[in-house]
Amino acid sequence: MRTCAESFDSLILRSLGRDFGQVQLPRGLDITLCDQVFLIASGLIWNVYFATLALLAGFLVAVGLALAKGSARPALRKPAEAYIFIFRGSPLFVQFFFVYEALVLLPREGLVIPLGLIDLTLDTQWTTRAWAGALFVLFLNTSAYSAEIFHGALKAIPKGDIEAADAYGLSGAQKFRRITWPTMLRLAWPSYTNEAIFLLHATTLVFFSAFPTRQQMGDALYYARYFADQTFNPFIAYPIVAAYFVLLTLVVIGLFGLINRRLNRHLPRAARARLRFRPQYIR
Amino acid sequence: MKKLLLSAAALALMASGAMAQQVVRIASEGAYPPYNFINDATGELDGFERALGDELCRRANLTCEWVINDWDSIIPNLVAGNYDAIMAGMSITEARAEIISFTQNYILPENSAYMALEGTAMDVITSGVISAQSNTIQAGYIADSTATLVEFATPDETIAAVRNGEVDAVFADQSYLEPFQAESGGQLVFLGDPIPLGGGVGMGLRQSDVALREAFDAAIASMKADGSLNALLTEWFGEDQPLYE
Amino acid sequence: MFAFCTDPSTLSGWWWFACYLTSATHLDFYWSFGVVLLLLALAAPLSLALGMGGALAARSRFWPLALVGRGYVNAVRGVPDVIFFLFVPIALDQLIEVTFHYTMCPDWTAEIWQGNDFRVCDEAKTPAPGAPVWVRQTYGFVLALIAFALVFGAFVANTLRGAMEAVPAAQIETAESFGMTRAQAFRRIVLPQMWIYALPGLSNLWMILTKATPLLFLLGIQDIVYWARELGGQKTELYTYPHPDWRLWYFLVVLCFYLLLTWVSQRFFDRLMERVNLGQATAGGEAQRRAAG
Repeated sequence: MRTCAESFDSLILRSLGRDFGQVQLPRGLDITLCDQVFLIASGLIWNVYFATLALLAGFLVAVGLALAKGSARPALRKPAEAYIFIFRGSPLFVQFFFVYEALVLLPREGLVIPLGLIDLTLDTQWTTRAWAGALFVLFLNTSAYSAEIFHGALKAIPKGDIEAADAYGLSGAQKFRRITWPTMLRLAWPSYTNEAIFLLHATTLVFFSAFPTRQQMGDALYYARYFADQTFNPFIAYPIVAAYFVLLTLVVIGLFGLINRRLNRHLPRAARARLRFRPQYIR
Repeated sequence: MKKLLLSAAALALMASGAMAQQVVRIASEGAYPPYNFINDATGELDGFERALGDELCRRANLTCEWVINDWDSIIPNLVAGNYDAIMAGMSITEARAEIISFTQNYILPENSAYMALEGTAMDVITSGVISAQSNTIQAGYIADSTATLVEFATPDETIAAVRNGEVDAVFADQSYLEPFQAESGGQLVFLGDPIPLGGGVGMGLRQSDVALREAFDAAIASMKADGSLNALLTEWFGEDQPLYE
Repeated sequence: MFAFCTDPSTLSGWWWFACYLTSATHLDFYWSFGVVLLLLALAAPLSLALGMGGALAARSRFWPLALVGRGYVNAVRGVPDVIFFLFVPIALDQLIEVTFHYTMCPDWTAEIWQGNDFRVCDEAKTPAPGAPVWVRQTYGFVLALIAFALVFGAFVANTLRGAMEAVPAAQIETAESFGMTRAQAFRRIVLPQMWIYALPGLSNLWMILTKATPLLFLLGIQDIVYWARELGGQKTELYTYPHPDWRLWYFLVVLCFYLLLTWVSQRFFDRLMERVNLGQATAGGEAQRRAAG
C-alpha cells in the first residue's frame, strides 16, 4: 500500500494531465483513502477554473444585458429578453449537450474567412474541448441568470436617488458611475452571491454531460464517480466530494461577504443588507 | 450403487425443479449491436446475447427477465443486487474477475481494432488522440499506451467523434466496428493490425451465486457440444467469426 | 404503427419519417415526457410537505428539532444536487433492504456485505424477486421521487422559513394580546398570510425543479435525455430505421420542450401572483390599484 505522501505527490495535480502525475489512475483493490482524498481534491482545480472564469466573464456581459433589458428601445430590449429567456428557461444539462453537438459541426480544418488577398483560417479544434466549450456554456448560462438579478436590482434603485442625481445636474455617464452602478451592485449582491454558489455547484455537470474526458482529466465529481465505481463503495467517495464542496461554498460566502461589507460601508449599521445565504437558482 | 444414482437423479430433478420457479434477471446495455441493441420496431432488447440468453435460460430451466442498464453502472448494480447476471458483451478480465465471477466464455477472445477516417496516418496509433468507451478493456489499453485517451459514455459517441474530427481514431471490438466501416462507403477504414484483448465474452454473476453460475455453465457447455452456439455466432457475426471446436 | 410500416426499407421521404417517428422506441420517447411531467406533479407537493416540516422544525423552540431542521437545510444547500442524486437512491435502497432484513430475518447469521456483494435474505429484498416489471419500474420511480423531494424540500424549507418570518410582527403581537397561544397564532395568523411572501420563492423553486429533471437518467430512469441520446446516435443497417447522427435535432426538441414548460409555468405564476396580491398592502397590490384606476 502506498503512503499518503506518495499519493499526494502522484495525484494532487493529476487532473491537469498525465504529465502532472501518475499515468494510470489507481485501480480496484489498490485504492487507498488518501488516493481518494487527493485525486478528488485535484479535480477541484477544474471546478474552480470553470466557476471563476465563467463568473468573471458573465459578470461583464450581464451588466450590459441588464441595461439592455431595461432599455426603452425595443431593438435592445427584445434580443436581451430572448437571450435571458432561453438560457434561464432551459436546463444547463441540456444546454451542454446542445452546444457540444453544435460546436462539433464546425469544420475541423478550421473556418476559412476570405479577406481579399489572403484567407484567414480560424482553428476550431479547441472549441469542443471541455476547457473551452464547457466554459462557454457556463458563461452563457451565468450571464443570463446574473442579467436577471442585475435587472431586478436596477428596477429597485430608489427613485429618490435618481431624482437627486438629476437635480444635482449629473450627466448620464456620471450618474451611472456614481449612483446607478454602485447602488445596483449593492442591491444585487446577496442574490449574486447565491448565483456564484450555484455556478460553482453547476460546474460538476460538465463531465457528466456531452463533454468527454481526455487522458482521464476530470473534475472532482468525475473522480468521485470513478472511485465509487471502482471500489463499489459510494459511501466514501461521495461524502468526500460533498465535504469539499461545502468548504468551497463557505470560501465563496466569505469572499462575497467581504465585498458586501465594502459595498454597504456608507450605510448606517441598521440599514446594511446582511448577506443571507438564500439560494434561489440551481441549474 | 443404484440407490446412489437414483438419489442423485432425484436431487438433480429437485434442484432443477426449484430453479424453475426462480426468476433470473439479466442485464444488458442495449447499445452495442450486434451483441445487444434495442430493436426500434418492437422496443425490445435484441441481438446475439438476447437470443443466446433466452436459449440458455430455456436449457437451464429458468425464467429470465431482461433489464436495460447503462454501461458505467452495470457492475455496481449487479453487486448491489438489482439483477442477477450481466450479458452485455463484457470481456473476461482479471480486474473484473476480482469483483464478479464469470461463466466460461461464449464468444472466443476477439480482436479490437482501430478505425479512422480514410487517409489518417498510421502514427496516430502511438501519438494521436483515440476514443474509447469508458470502463472498457479498450479504454484501459489506450490509457496504458502513449496515445491520448478520450472517453465517452456510449459506444456510438466514440464513432461520432471520429466522423466529426474530435479524435483521430476509435479503438473498439472489431465486430462492433465492422458494420460502420462497411456502410461508410470508404470514408472509414481500419488502421493497423487488430489486437486480441480480453479472455472472450462471458456472463457476469455475483461471486456468491455459485449455483446459478454452474447452471449457466452447464447450459453453455451443452450449446457448445451440439453446435448450436456456433450456429448462433455465424448468424449474428457472419461467416468469418471464429467458432468453437 | 401504421399498416404501411411493415417494411420501412421500401419507404422514403415523409412516409419513412411517419413510420420512424411512430416506431416503438419513439413511442417510449414520447412516454418519457409523461414520466417527467408525472414526476414534477408528484415532487412539487412532496417537496412542499418536506419543506414545511423542515421550516417548522428549524423554527422550533425545542433545540434538537431546530438542529435537525437547520442541519437538513444547510447540508443540502452546501452540496451540488448531482451528488445527492447519485448517492441517495443507492443509500436509500440499501437502507430499506437492511431494515427489512433485520426485522424479518433475525436469525440470519451470514454477513450482509460479503466482500463486494450486498446480500440480504430473500424476504428483505425490495422489490421482491418475483415481482412484475411494473413494480420494479414504480419502485425506481419512487426512489427518484424521494431523492428529488429531499433536495428540493430543503430549499422550500428555507423559502417558507423566510416567508414565516416576513409576516409583520404586529400581527402576531395582536394575536397574542387577544389571548391566542403561540400555536394558535401560528395556525390562524401566520400560516394563511405567509403564502404571499412565499410565492415568489416557490415559483422560482418550481422553475428550478423543472430544470433539474434531466438528471433523472442518473437515477436509472429512462427519461427524455436518455432517449434523445439513444435515438439520436447513428444507426447501422442492423436496425429497422438506419440513420446518421441526429443528436443535434433531438436535443433541440428537448430544449424546446423545456422552454415551453418554462413559458407556461411563468404565465401561470404571473396570474397567481396577480390574484394573491389583489387588495394586499404590497408593492404588487399597489401597482394593481394604480393600473385599475
